[in-house]
Amino acid sequence: MPESFFYFIQQLLNGLTVGSTYALIAIGYTMVYGIIGMINFAHGEIYMIGSYIAFAVLAALAMMGIDSVSLMLISAFVISIIITSTYGFAVERVAYRPLRNSNRLIALISAIGMSIFLQNYVRLAQGSRDIAMPSMISGGWTFGPEDGFHATVSYMQLIIFVVTFISMTALTLFISKSKMGRACRACAEDLGMTGLLGINTHQIISMTFVIGAALAAVAGVLLGMYYGVINPYIGFMAGLKAFTAAVLGGIGSIPGAVLGGLILGITEAFTAGYFSSEYKDVVAFSLLVLILLFRPTGILGKPEVEKV
Amino acid sequence: MKSLRFTPAILSTVVLLVLTSLMLGIRLEPSGIGLKVTVADASSLYWIAAGAVAVFFFQLFRAPIDQGLSGVKQRLPSVKTDPLKQLADKKSVKTTLVCFAVAGLMIWPFFVSRGAVDLATLALIYVMLGLGLNIVVGLAGLLDLGYVGFYAVGAYSYALLNQYLGLDFWSSLVLGGILAAFFGFVLGFPVLRLRGDYLAIVTLGFGEIIRILLNNWTSLTGGPNGISQIPKPTLFGLEFGRRAKEEGNVPFHEYFGIDYSSTYKVIFLYILAVLLVIATLFVINRLLRMPIGRAWEALREDDIACRSLGLNPTAIKLSAFTIGAAFAGFAGTFFAARQGFISPESFTFIESAIILAIVVLGGMGSQVGVILAAVIMTVLPEFAREFQEYRMLMFGLMMVCMMVWRPEGLMPMKRPHIKIKSGKSENESSVKTAPVAESL
Repeated sequence: MPESFFYFIQQLLNGLTVGSTYALIAIGYTMVYGIIGMINFAHGEIYMIGSYIAFAVLAALAMMGIDSVSLMLISAFVISIIITSTYGFAVERVAYRPLRNSNRLIALISAIGMSIFLQNYVRLAQGSRDIAMPSMISGGWTFGPEDGFHATVSYMQLIIFVVTFISMTALTLFISKSKMGRACRACAEDLGMTGLLGINTHQIISMTFVIGAALAAVAGVLLGMYYGVINPYIGFMAGLKAFTAAVLGGIGSIPGAVLGGLILGITEAFTAGYFSSEYKDVVAFSLLVLILLFRPTGILGKPEVEKV
Repeated sequence: MKSLRFTPAILSTVVLLVLTSLMLGIRLEPSGIGLKVTVADASSLYWIAAGAVAVFFFQLFRAPIDQGLSGVKQRLPSVKTDPLKQLADKKSVKTTLVCFAVAGLMIWPFFVSRGAVDLATLALIYVMLGLGLNIVVGLAGLLDLGYVGFYAVGAYSYALLNQYLGLDFWSSLVLGGILAAFFGFVLGFPVLRLRGDYLAIVTLGFGEIIRILLNNWTSLTGGPNGISQIPKPTLFGLEFGRRAKEEGNVPFHEYFGIDYSSTYKVIFLYILAVLLVIATLFVINRLLRMPIGRAWEALREDDIACRSLGLNPTAIKLSAFTIGAAFAGFAGTFFAARQGFISPESFTFIESAIILAIVVLGGMGSQVGVILAAVIMTVLPEFAREFQEYRMLMFGLMMVCMMVWRPEGLMPMKRPHIKIKSGKSENESSVKTAPVAESL
């Protein structure tokens, strides 16, 4: 097979890797939007905080002399999820709950304020420089010609696929089978009516933020380890990309967020691979603009009827 | 003790500790190729402790505090002016006041230090940007998060027109505004059909696209290195340097036969900024009294009602967007001229957020509020140098607090209206009077 084929495969794999983490972050946007109709602009920062906490945990464990990779990974996930979820909960409580019934733009401005606050909070606490961490999981499978270009699936990429898949399955089961999940779907259908039926909607909304933050934490751990470098500003771009993914797939729809994330990741990888990596952000934003112009409901979204 | 709430107090303290423990409480330090974690220095730990204590007691006494706050809120300056009296306000008094204010603004730089004048010029640039964004966000109700993109267009159009075509500041000022307006028009045309929050994100995307293009189109814009040696504005061809740069030009001080001083340049720039701001205010106030200005506000209040009255929402939005962009273009051109050097660094999203914060703090739609907020936001950080580091943190916090407690801003927009007293005082309905000039 020609080398260009393996090059193609490599770009596809890279795209799927990044795309699946976008999907994880995008779910946080899409669930919140589906229920209270606001863009949680601070969600990207939550992801960034997840990365920081994972780095802290991994570094602390390494200092204690623990060298079991699986133990380190699991504790990084667990601690990062717990703390990041608390952030999600607290952000909703402080910045969004008091604005529940106000104009959408008011809530969005509050969210932007929260995003700037969190970014600078981390910057002041940890400094604005890059923090790097040597990769713990190296190696992978290669396929293709020995001497020419060959595609590689690193073990880290595999871990990303597997963890993303597990998280998605767990979320889907939770939403479709559990009582809380049903309440969640009811809230997305009609918040006011659900409240009248005796469901504590505040609690459900809080839970949505917690789930979104937990998935963002998972993405933060994975992407932090994949790239190996974090700084307080990564959340902004990641948040925008994930939002693009959510809109692409149809905001409010969880399968849509996954689909959108993967499409966006692959598009970016191909732009970087075949054109220029400097313009991959431009392509992502152009995609967002085009989708909003021609199909504002996204690929899997439902049209929204405007009522007086 | 019903008013003391122990459980929520303890819970929120625990939440705060969880939030801060692995962020403020530790410090990640690179060591060799690895990373090591150390406990943060004592001051951070004291902050955490102080924060925990504060949160605990705040939650414990939440009920009485809330009561006190709502009492304060009622006593805050609410906009309660007698509209009829307002109508009767002598216009001449207002005009005189404005004249005095302008005269004061013009004279003051001659008596203070150069740095102060320079800072005032910067504040005026933000006033201009704030007023421009105020049209889009405050009046038309369109959240534009990519406003800085138009500012960049203005700045770069002067720099590039000067570099490649040798145009001077004055013609570039006009062209910069027109170009930015054109960008606003072209970008706005497709996106303005979108609903409010989508629009916000798309404009953000556009702002970022403009910045990335400026950053990567190295052959034209110099990329991240930016463009330097942009000439300063001239006064009818008189330059403010020690020696004229162009052949045949006479420097300002030689022409008038006075000694050279670099202060003249600073003061000239300042006065130019004042004039630009006055022109901006004048144009915006005129626009507000025109049907188009009223349509902006009508659209903000009710989109559907507007459409059923036969107004074309897209055209109205587009006009607000384009005019707002034009003011950003003027401000950008002036910024490039004042700075003498521009790079994509100056046009990041944070800059958009600062301008938005100015509009929000001042009160969406309120011009006095926006001017005041722009001055506060630029001058205050200069006085409190040690706070420089916390500036953005405070901006973010302030945006959240304003939205939660006082979304109408520090100085809410005044709207002349009359409340008709009906028989029962609860049943108050407000009726807007015939258009009354809403001026400064």
